[in-house]
Amino acid sequence: MSGVRVLVGTRKGAFILTSDAARKDWEVSGPHFAGIEVYHVKGSPVDPNRIYASQTSSWFGQVIQRSDDGGKTWAPAGNDFRYVGNPGTHQWYDGTQHPWEFKRVWHLEPSLTERDTVYAGAEDAALFKSTDGGHTWDELPGLRSVKGPLWQPGAGGMCLHTIILDPQDANRIYVAISAAGAFRTDDGGQTFVPINKGLISPYELPDPTAEVGHCVHNLAMHPSRPGVLFMQKHWDVMRSDNAGEMWHEISGNLPSDFGFPIAVHAHEPETVYVVPIKSDSEHYPPEGKLRVYRSRAGGDEWEALTEGLPQEDCYVNVLRDAMCVDTLDPCGVYFGTTGGQVYVSADSGDHWQAIVRDLPAVLSVEVQTLQ
Amino acid sequence: MSNRIRVVLPQHLRTLAGVGREVEVNVAAPVTQRAILDALEAAYPMLRGTIRDQVTLQRRAFVRFFACGQDWSHESPDAPLPGDVVNGKEPFMVVGAMAGG
Repeated sequence: MSGVRVLVGTRKGAFILTSDAARKDWEVSGPHFAGIEVYHVKGSPVDPNRIYASQTSSWFGQVIQRSDDGGKTWAPAGNDFRYVGNPGTHQWYDGTQHPWEFKRVWHLEPSLTERDTVYAGAEDAALFKSTDGGHTWDELPGLRSVKGPLWQPGAGGMCLHTIILDPQDANRIYVAISAAGAFRTDDGGQTFVPINKGLISPYELPDPTAEVGHCVHNLAMHPSRPGVLFMQKHWDVMRSDNAGEMWHEISGNLPSDFGFPIAVHAHEPETVYVVPIKSDSEHYPPEGKLRVYRSRAGGDEWEALTEGLPQEDCYVNVLRDAMCVDTLDPCGVYFGTTGGQVYVSADSGDHWQAIVRDLPAVLSVEVQTLQ
Repeated sequence: MSNRIRVVLPQHLRTLAGVGREVEVNVAAPVTQRAILDALEAAYPMLRGTIRDQVTLQRRAFVRFFACGQDWSHESPDAPLPGDVVNGKEPFMVVGAMAGG
């Protein structure tokens, strides 16, 4: 019997929410790693019972936790993340240069094909790879060589927050960094190229069309069309039809084109979801109405999805890794808020219900579709 | 000569290491912060990087070391610790710094 397992990272631990395919009745387990920030939790597509969690603490640092039984039990894996060579400096908030310092892992991306291979996106921005199930980590330093000294931290830190593996080309990986932009490797991580043409950031960069430095918030891709990418930038929702070589804006009729997450429907590659946020200085929904916006046209034309979501006095945020889709039919859409709610729509966004309402602030939401 | 040193850990590190409030480690003389932490990390490898930086071995900013009613956080990691820590009368305490409300 099929079902779903939703993996939720919060400011005070991780939670696992499970349901059958109806996605109406839910069981909640947790908190796992109680009291500690869990930036991201994600399962392996090769072995769904293998789940990685990024546990991070300002006091005691980074720990990668791993479960091999679907989240019932956990054990610490590796926590030694070292940059290759002298990492040098990057741009600081005030424009001066600042030493590169490892702080935490924002995102974990298990391999699509290898059970023991997993990638980690770090702050200060770098891409790490483990081929032994997370016990040891090696940096892929070619990324930082793409004008790293010009990168700068966004408000949340200089984090590599998005890793997308191309299901049709094992050597192609997309990553995104706040605030450096989007990058692509076509050789398995040895070298990277910036893929930021078409992005315009007049309020963030002295050169609005600079090659690097853009505050990309999230990328999304449908696995059947790995050359088509969708982007939620600091401001602007963007699309590329050529693997990031050029982007064009698809914000269209959105009430605000600022936001954090973006997701693509599991069975409709032209159906895209965003959650508009009022502005960079007001991180909550416009008009206090929590609305997911859906485009069935690959952008530009957006419809508000509100059924079951609070439409007054709602001032939560939805962070970049806190929205995802399952692969059931109809497609399930999930997102978590900084107010501690995790919402699900079991019908592609038409109707929503809260799975939980009172978790700590939600940092990330991932879902596993279980057969 | 090896000394049996008592080490008190904060809650999160107890959970991570799967131990209780206090553990004991064998430390050869001279008993210093560095020697205790080396022994602690050898016995509990999952604690590497949680108390001091993996590369520099510097104390993490929000970690403090207390012993015999004194704050040893800013002393040299190679300074000898008090006799009461060496003879096991008093523990060496790893403490999460106060931060927040």
